[in-house]
Amino acid sequence: MWLILILMVGINVEAFDTPNESSKILSSSELPVPPTEVLAKDKPNDVGGSIIVTWGKSADDIEENELVKEYLVFRSGALDGEFELIGTANKGFEKFVDGTTIDGTQYYYMVKASDGVVHSQSAVSEAVNSSAQWFHTGRISMLVATVIICFLILWFIGKAKKGEELYIRPIAGLEAVDDAVGRATEMGKPIMYIPGIMDMDDIQTIAGVIILGRVARKAAQYETPLLVPCCRSIVMSAAQETVKEAYIAAGRSDAYDADKIRYLTDDQFGYAAGVDGMMIREKPGAIFYMGTFYAESLILAETGHSTGAIQIAGTAMPSQLPFFITACDYTLIGEELFAASAYLSKEPLLLGSLKGQDMGKAIIIAILIAGVILASLGFSNIIALLATG
Amino acid sequence: MKKEIPLLITFIAGMVMILQFFIPHRPFSDLQQLFNTWFLIITVFAMILGLGNLFKVHTKRLQRRPKGWWYSIVLLAGFAIMFTVGMVWGPARGTPFDYLFWNVHIPMSSMMFALLAFFVASASYRAFRARTPEATLLLVSAILVMIGRVPLGNYIWNKLPLIGDWIMSYPNMAGQRAIMIGIALGIVSTSLRIILGIERTYLSGK
Repeated sequence: MWLILILMVGINVEAFDTPNESSKILSSSELPVPPTEVLAKDKPNDVGGSIIVTWGKSADDIEENELVKEYLVFRSGALDGEFELIGTANKGFEKFVDGTTIDGTQYYYMVKASDGVVHSQSAVSEAVNSSAQWFHTGRISMLVATVIICFLILWFIGKAKKGEELYIRPIAGLEAVDDAVGRATEMGKPIMYIPGIMDMDDIQTIAGVIILGRVARKAAQYETPLLVPCCRSIVMSAAQETVKEAYIAAGRSDAYDADKIRYLTDDQFGYAAGVDGMMIREKPGAIFYMGTFYAESLILAETGHSTGAIQIAGTAMPSQLPFFITACDYTLIGEELFAASAYLSKEPLLLGSLKGQDMGKAIIIAILIAGVILASLGFSNIIALLATG
Repeated sequence: MKKEIPLLITFIAGMVMILQFFIPHRPFSDLQQLFNTWFLIITVFAMILGLGNLFKVHTKRLQRRPKGWWYSIVLLAGFAIMFTVGMVWGPARGTPFDYLFWNVHIPMSSMMFALLAFFVASASYRAFRARTPEATLLLVSAILVMIGRVPLGNYIWNKLPLIGDWIMSYPNMAGQRAIMIGIALGIVSTSLRIILGIERTYLSGK
């Protein structure tokens, strides 16, 4: 009787073992319950080359039980072909992503529950093949939002083109730009403009350089020296071009001095030390901080404050905003940095885009309020509707 | 053509980057990485511009001798020493370049960073003066958060850490998210202005 039982268990275990697998076959009397419902499907919204394998946990996959220590995932190109081990998943997991598939090739998957020595295998999955998608379905809500906001911006630009008067809310920090330049001029001191510490691939730096053009034009009109210490070589080049064009536009090309727009260093604190030194030596009458800042923000702003300069800052880094608000006279908070160029230029086309941006914000606020009310009333589908993947 | 070609390049590059966000299929999926690689190559070459500017500005300062001109000697000497040591021995571990980096550059950077503590103290002193209702609110919130995050707070009253966490998780988080939404809209608006060529200050004014 015992001999028959041992023989039966031995045959059973051997049957679960693939021919190319070198795992030991023991005469263990306890095999883990195999995983159930093995499903394989193409990974959605990807560039191809990936298949997601999911399974139902083995009934022995519980904390008190040591019968399942991991899951072994096998793959074959044919239903009756040779299955090869392609990866493992820890106990408690029900998913494995096979990122080594060839698009268009059919694959079959099978999962084994293992205690490290003996395995019990699931049924083989349906055939599946991976492919790349032409549209990211998880980003539909984002596409809709982008289209609506772009439409609004373009619509208001169109209205501005037709000569319609657009009301733009006053922004204190931007109203003060003229005063700051005027104050520096009256005091006979230079203006310092700091375009952040990031490169030209950062949208805040681009916004900073655009505002620099507006400030440079006013500085040129008032014949006030403008110092622009830069942390990146490309920013320095862009700033030089922008300031030069502003001086030409103001009819003061003779006053342009390329050496005043200078490169200091790419190093964050080296740059902070360099700018601090310039502030102490040159004693600017007005200092502008426009762009991306990190830990150096307060080091710069406090040194600027100690020189007695009027300071205007603008950044979209929420963690640095409190420092600027504390140390500067005016701070452009987040979106105001991006609105500054349009606001200062007063050009109808740019003001139209600003109006569109404000309308987009109004729509988002309305959606947020509606979403909060609906979610509070138990209509949670709105969350799924707006979710992005 | 001086303006049209850069505007066309900007438009094409901007549209491609928007498309690659919504289209995971090749070749769009590879474009972001490709553009980033191009940007890195341009950055490396642009470094020569920066170094050239640094040399030009400080050499002129040595010739004209304005106030504080001796700092230019320190800068040029530091540059020459690091450049020479790096070119002769390389930047590997144990070389003189590595020694100078870890024993001169890093301590000086750390010193600048450490100054932040003193600046935080001086800025806080100004900001936390309860002269207006808003400043008083700021003062009270700051005290609650700061005391709640040190062992002393828990020792005084075990609910203080919870109050500090609540301020950070709800009023503070709500404010930060409002700012983030505004920033996202501002980025869309600015990007659209640049892609469509409405904003062209960075090229050559109007």
